[in-house]
Amino acid sequence: MGIASTAVARKPERLAAVHLRRYLRRIGFFLCIAILLSPVLFVFFWMLSLSLKPNVENTAYPPVFIPRHPTLENFRAVFEKSPFDLYTRNSVIVATASTLLSLILGVPAGYGIAKAKSHGLALFVLIARMTPGLSYLIPWFMLFRSLGLNNTLWALIITHLIIGLPITIWVMMGFFEDLHPEIEEAALVDGAGIWSAFRDIAVPLARPGMIVAAILSFIFSWNNFIFAVVLAGRETRTLPVAVFNILTFEQLVWGELAAAALIVTAPVLVLTLLVQRHIVVGLTAGGMKG
Amino acid sequence: MVTTQHRISWLGRRQARPGQPVSSYSRRGRYLLFVVPAIVVTLAVIIFPWLYTIYMSVHDWQVGMPRIYIGLENYANLINDTRFREAVWRTFVYTVFAVVCPTVVGTIAALFFHQEFPLRGLVRTVYLLPMIATPVAIALVWTMMFHPQLGVLNYLLSLVGIPPSRWIYDQDTVIPTLVLVETWQWTPLVMLIVLGGLASLPSEPFESALIDGASTFQITRDLTLPLVMPFIMVAVVLRTIDALKSFDIIYTMTQGGPGTASETINIYLYLQAFAFFRIGQASAVVLVFFVIIVACSLVLLWVRQKTRWA
Repeated sequence: MGIASTAVARKPERLAAVHLRRYLRRIGFFLCIAILLSPVLFVFFWMLSLSLKPNVENTAYPPVFIPRHPTLENFRAVFEKSPFDLYTRNSVIVATASTLLSLILGVPAGYGIAKAKSHGLALFVLIARMTPGLSYLIPWFMLFRSLGLNNTLWALIITHLIIGLPITIWVMMGFFEDLHPEIEEAALVDGAGIWSAFRDIAVPLARPGMIVAAILSFIFSWNNFIFAVVLAGRETRTLPVAVFNILTFEQLVWGELAAAALIVTAPVLVLTLLVQRHIVVGLTAGGMKG
Repeated sequence: MVTTQHRISWLGRRQARPGQPVSSYSRRGRYLLFVVPAIVVTLAVIIFPWLYTIYMSVHDWQVGMPRIYIGLENYANLINDTRFREAVWRTFVYTVFAVVCPTVVGTIAALFFHQEFPLRGLVRTVYLLPMIATPVAIALVWTMMFHPQLGVLNYLLSLVGIPPSRWIYDQDTVIPTLVLVETWQWTPLVMLIVLGGLASLPSEPFESALIDGASTFQITRDLTLPLVMPFIMVAVVLRTIDALKSFDIIYTMTQGGPGTASETINIYLYLQAFAFFRIGQASAVVLVFFVIIVACSLVLLWVRQKTRWA
């Protein structure tokens, strides 16, 4: 009798304790997520904050976090002091052209490697990824110099293939391997050639893969600094190089620096947030970077 | 996540995929035709530079000067160059920290982001932004945050009573500071790979461990971590390759300075080639550098093979 009554008396207490523990755990969990996210958010917040403040506030101490007199003056100054519209155009042309070329060459290549199960070729793609970008640059620099291509967008488009092509091949290889072979086999049995099986069946089915590959090639070409800093001339600078030049010439004009940084990186950030699912799939598949 | 798993398996081993018809030999040959255009371009874009680099590395060659064949003298110069030897050592130190820190933080982050919670997809994507953002722009923002007098970081430190640091402006703190930025930037990559690993784990062992009354900590330590270890190793290999050749962040923020305190092999190479225009010498650096990267990757892949059965 005695034992039973104490058990009954304890029960609500214990339940409350369990609830409290679960509650605390949940709070702790979200706290950890917040701690993990805060450095990421802070850097982007600070970029935005600096770009919207007049310089008096940017160099104030203690720092001003939320702009007191928000202004777009910094952005106007960036476009006024240097031809940022030209640099934006260069970046768009180079990234788009090299992405298209990567797709034209990389999609069939990924198909061929996946179908022929040619692991040696896949390894080759990996080695291309291991080589530092700089090591291609010396020969390219010398070659373009003798061809007179050094200050043209062509030089950049061609070298950016080094970034886009391995990404495209790698991602497409994965997509074509996961396609069910039966559908193509059926087409082949019906007398279709290998090429039409590729064009009419495999390519339409692998469209999601092509989107992923295109987005990643575009982003990493857009972000690339090292090729353009060496190969681009005054007229053919891409945005990252333009931003770097502002940094070396105007150390303390923080508002304009941050505005320039934001102009360069905002397109890729927005693109990423718009197509988040594709990006995650692609990056997981490739573990890629330029 | 099947894709992830076997994509990653390409790195270390061949994976037989049962249940697929074996294509006949001749058809395999025809499939390889699809690769030909890419190979031709690759030969031009990638192989040509390699061969040309080897050729240049055995010449005394400066831009605008006649080239003279000198055999292996460029390589001998490198071995005798204290600045280069220091750069190699610095690169190793930098790489070790720039691999370990993102791997630890990224694995922890993956364990958290693997749980179910509201807005998880968005939170994961936001966490990826550092590796997507333009490195030059990021480096620029960090440079402003590191300003010793007016920077926001020293202010934040002062709030919690930590004395100010000189960050990238001091020989002793520049490497740790660059590692901090590199960690910020590349932790998401590790998180993504480990997350892929977590998603592919079977659920049975976890269910039985829960029934046996194991705590979350015990499950994580004894079950989850050993099971995702292959994925963590893949992340380590990729991270090592990337950290060895890290350039954008270092060059934009310090250009190897103060003095040569942050001059890694890649920065040394850049200066030799495009500041001093010693093309022959720089080509020798390229080849030595490439050997170092391949050697490090092979060692890590070997370690991975060894630990797989442990």
